[in-house]
This record gives sequence, C-alpha cells and structure tokens, in this order.
Amino acid sequence: MSETIIKVENLGKLYKLGEISTGTLSHDLNRWWARVRGKEDPFSKIGQVNDRTAKGTNDYVWALKDINFEVKQGEVLGIIGRNGAGKSTLLKILSKVTTPTAGKIKIKGRIASLLEVGTGFHPELTGKENIFLNGAILGMTKTEIKKKFDEIVDFAGVEKYIDTPVKRFSSGMYVRLAFAVAAFLEPEILIIDEVLAVGDAEFQKKCLGRMKDVSVNDGRTVLFVSHNMAAVKTLCNKGLVLQFGTNTFYGDQLEAVNFYQSLGNTQTNFHHQGSIATSLGNENIKILKLEVVPQHGDILSMYSGVDFYLDFYNATTGKNIDITFEVSNQDDVLVFHNGSIKCSLPEQFLNAGTYSISLIFGENQRYVLYTVRDLITFEVMQETAGSNSNRFPGVTFPKLNIECNIKPVTSDIAY
Amino acid sequence: MNTDIIETAAKLEITGEHEHWTEIIQPKTKLLDLRLGELWRYRDLVMMFVRRDFVTNYKQTILGPVWFFLQPLLTSFTYILIFGRVAKLSTDGLPMMVFYLAGITIWNYFSETLTKTATVFKDNAQMFGKVYFPRLTMPFSIVISNLVRFCIQLGLFLIIWIYYLLQTDSIHPTIYILLIPVLVIVMGLLALGFGMIISAMTTKYKDLIFLLTFGIQLLMFATPVIYPLSSLPDKYRWIILANPITSIVETFRYAFLGSGTFSWTYLAYSCVFTIIIILLGVVIFNKVEKSFTDTV
Repeated sequence: MSETIIKVENLGKLYKLGEISTGTLSHDLNRWWARVRGKEDPFSKIGQVNDRTAKGTNDYVWALKDINFEVKQGEVLGIIGRNGAGKSTLLKILSKVTTPTAGKIKIKGRIASLLEVGTGFHPELTGKENIFLNGAILGMTKTEIKKKFDEIVDFAGVEKYIDTPVKRFSSGMYVRLAFAVAAFLEPEILIIDEVLAVGDAEFQKKCLGRMKDVSVNDGRTVLFVSHNMAAVKTLCNKGLVLQFGTNTFYGDQLEAVNFYQSLGNTQTNFHHQGSIATSLGNENIKILKLEVVPQHGDILSMYSGVDFYLDFYNATTGKNIDITFEVSNQDDVLVFHNGSIKCSLPEQFLNAGTYSISLIFGENQRYVLYTVRDLITFEVMQETAGSNSNRFPGVTFPKLNIECNIKPVTSDIAY
Repeated sequence: MNTDIIETAAKLEITGEHEHWTEIIQPKTKLLDLRLGELWRYRDLVMMFVRRDFVTNYKQTILGPVWFFLQPLLTSFTYILIFGRVAKLSTDGLPMMVFYLAGITIWNYFSETLTKTATVFKDNAQMFGKVYFPRLTMPFSIVISNLVRFCIQLGLFLIIWIYYLLQTDSIHPTIYILLIPVLVIVMGLLALGFGMIISAMTTKYKDLIFLLTFGIQLLMFATPVIYPLSSLPDKYRWIILANPITSIVETFRYAFLGSGTFSWTYLAYSCVFTIIIILLGVVIFNKVEKSFTDTV
C-alpha cells in the first residue's frame, strides 16, 4: 500500500459576503476584543452553509466546511461539483494562495499548482525569458529549467517564436507555451484547475496524455478539478464530489461521476416515487420511469449502444396510444425522432456529447395527448479520445459499410 | 496473542501520528515563522524579477537606459531653478548641482523602493491569487532592482562629483565615505520595512494608497533633501531629526561633500529605528500574505 501524501482534516473556510472594506474596521476590533478575552471569533459561528442560490441571512458564509479526505501517492483525484461548490477554494487552500479558517492539511512533498496557465507571464518578455520567469514562479530553479528547456519548447511547438515577445504570440501559442512550462514541473503533487480547456483538440490530447504520464510513470499525485466528466472518468482513479462546500461523496471516480450526475446536473434517469396520481403527466398519461442504459458495459459511450426504458400509466380507455422519442444534442439539433414503443440505439450511432430526450404521446398518430420536453439528459462518452469535448465531426457517427473497389486502369480510359 | 495484535496496532497508530509531514497548512501560524529558508530556495525567482523589471521598464523607449541618467539630471535642474534660483534656499555653500544631485540620488532610491513595495499586494494581486511562492521575494526583488538603479545613478553622481572636485575647491570628501555601503543598506531596509507595513495595510484599507504619494512628498520636505539641516533654526531642528532618514541623507552628503551635519548618535538612532521597522514589517507582511487574497 502506498503512503498517504495529503491528509485533509475538518477543513473549513469562512468568507465574508458583499463589500469587503465596509465595516471591516469595526468587525476587526470586535474580533480582536474576542481574541483578547480568549473567546471564539464572533463572526465564524454565524456562517451558513454555502448555497449560492438561497439568499443569505447574514454576511458570512462557509465556502468549505468539514472537508475530510486523504490522497495516496500516485493517485489522481478528480474534484467535481457545480459552480460555487467550493472546488476552487479547496484548490486555493491546497496551493497556499489562501489559508483555511478551520482544520488542517498535512502534506508530504512539494506542491505545484496550476490554477491558471501563464501566471506571471510578461507580455514584453520573449518566450524564452517567460519560460524562465514562469518556471521560477512555479517553483523551479534556474538549473532545473535549463535542463528541461528544450523539452518545454518542443512540447509547446513554438520553437520559431522563442525569441519573440509573447505579446506578439497568438493566444493559442501563448497558452501552449504556458502549459508546457507547467507540464514539465517536477513536484510530488500537482494541482490542476480546468486548464485543459485550452488550445486546440490536438493540444488538449497532448495535455491529457502528459497528465497521465505524470501520474502513472512518474508516480506523482495529481489533484484535478474539472467539469469534463469524461476526462475525470478516464484520467482519475479517485473522485471527490463537493456540494455547498461539503464533501458529499468520496471514493471511486466512476461512482463519483455517477453520484454527481444524480445530483441533478445531468439527470440520466427519471423515477417517480409515490402514487400514480402525483406523477408527471396529465389526465391521459402519467410518466413513471424513463431510463437510459448502456446495452453493454457500465457507461454510456459511443460504442456501448443505448436502450431506453419507459414506464407510463395510460389513463385513457380505448385509445390507440403511440409514443415518439425525440433526442436532441447539446446544440439543440434534433438527432432523431422515433415513433415506436420500443427504442434502442445500436452502437456507433450517437456521437459523443450530451443529449436530452423529449417524449410525445399521441393518439392514432394524429392527436397529441401529452408532451414533455427535455425530461432527462444523458451523456455519451467517447472513450478512445478520453474527452467528450473531443467529438467527431457530424451530428451522428454511424458505422457504415463503405466498400472500395480497386480496378486496374484499362486501356480504353484515356489517362 | 490478542493483546499482542492490539499492542502492535497501538504502536502503529502512534507511529502514524508521528509521521513526517513536510508541511502542514492550518489557520494559525507562529508569528515569527518567516520561512527565510524558503526565500533562499526561491533566490532565482528574486533575480528573475529584478531582470524583468529592467528589461520591461525601458522596452520600446527610444532612449532606453539613458533614462536612468536623465531622470535625476532633469530633477536636479528643476530644483536648481526653483529652490536655488527662485526660492534662494541655502546649500551650505556647496555648488547647487552637486548638492541637489546628492540629495536626489539617495532620496529617489528610498522613495522608489517605498512606493513600489507599498503597492506589492495591489500590483500583484492577480498573480498572488493564482500561485504560491514566498511573497517576500517580491519586496526583496524590488529592493535589489532599486539598489542596482541606485548604483547606476551613483555613478552619474560620482562623475559630476569628480568634475567639481577637480574644478573647484568647494567640496571636501571625508573619511566617512567608507560609511556609504552601510547608509545604502540601512536606507534600503528602512524603505522595505515601511513599504511592507503599508502594503500589508493597503490590502484592507485602500485609502492608504492615496495617502502614500502625498505622504512621500511630505516626507521629502521633512528630510533635508533640498535644504541642509544646518539651515534650520535650532528650535525646529529636533522635528526633522526625529525623522530617521534625515541623518542618512545628511551623512551621505557630509561624506562626499564635507559639509553638513554628522553625528554618531543620530546615525545610531536611524539604525535602531530601521531594525525595529524592518522586523515589524516582515512580521506584518507575513501575517497578511496568507489571507490577503480574500480581502484585496
């Protein structure tokens, strides 16, 4: 068993909402007075759970509360959660940009964090000068950078422009160079915040590959925050789900992603519980269940095939009911419209991406009895590329049998 | 048998508790946990910042580094015109050019260092919010880059000083010239200390930034830069002498020009003052750097 390299204990972070400097002097004095008397900070007690949608009743909020987890050496921990769940705050504390209000983090080894690429890049300096500056900011010594310099330039693919001020770089080149410096850091622990959302598809692939390299071959520990579920599934081997500033799930990365998706961000199934009367629908139709499941394997991917299961209650009598499935992709393009009671899709039909299902219940193919739009959303992974943002071109990706016949050139065709 | 297992388990737990962690992140740290070793490890970064300052400062200017010389010269001419010719302030019988240039050279070093260090958190909030490195590297790099700039400008002063030394007999260098390195270090540390205290406070109370430019200007008039200490009536002299920069500027001028006020007591006062300020500055700075991203 490998050793624990990061141990987070009861971590908490209190933030003040609203304007910072209004009334801070009086609060400061209040705090100071409490401390002098040996009492607890008077403002930390009243902090509430962090739910950005609910209007707060006071000015202080716990961005993180009671976070506990451990990371072992060589693990890649994916941290997922909705916007404002506390992911970035957690990373900020881990990378020592800010301090926690409560709790402790114990660390073994050097940490390098990439909360942003190109931190400290100066537009007037050349590519080369910036590599050295940025490297030093990230904690490398001059000799370390010198040793890695050629690799960095090669990885970024900007050799030709290395002596040009970076302000003349295209934004893509800028980002590539910045990521390249970070990619060759050699800390024991690497913290990455969504920086993979940069560069073109080819470069993204390169970055993901490099991350895998770092963890698998070099045995380094990586903490990775992302909204890209496919990347979390393929790259990480542990998952941490944050919600309202507390960790609601910690464990296997696949389970973590499933848990997160069941939180309502992408609802992969609809299950009604309770009496039929209270279910979704109208006087004709009541929907009880809609599930999207892979035909083989555990996750929905381009190669798994998709089955849809629908349970509904028919409240009409003597009517010829028909059901239509409509599946739209993330660009709201209707992918197909299938008017049958049984619906399943073969493998290699849907492209990778997020889809939503609408249902139309009709009578005799003529009258609409009930329509429900975007009842559930599901995500189809593209396992080979490791990222679902990396879709193939086109709306669908069908497996077609295209044959190619090779014929010798005969003399009657003028060449 | 069973107790054996329990005992080993207990032992394991104890050793587990005493595991070696290289770092512990927690809300409260010791006041004097300055982590200077870490600062040393990042020395390359300090030099990189210094280099960046120089390279970027004069990029895309026609005159480039010539500005290093032009700035003090132009200021001196202005002072000669206004304070010398119009206001007719005393220069202790010294040639105006060399008198003002001496004051400006050492004063600029102080004021530039102070202004830059005092806005460290504000200027670098973006970077500090994204990556950790010992924050002290920033003020230190500012002091070093200003020190280099000072040395260049001192060169200019020396050229003019030698010219006057050879052409006139109004200036008489003294043995205290050997004190110059000490003066320069004390001056730098004093600016650094003040700068760190102010920068730490500006993270919460931004009003200080507005006060800063005004304060520095005021401080210059409270320091014998454009007038010699000897020109003040005895009654008010103690006010100016309470200013720790006074004796440094006076000693600097006395060492090179042989005219002015010099006293070991005043100098010792400045040194003690500097030590207190720098210690206070480092401690406050260290306290604030840990959580400033939440308030800035």
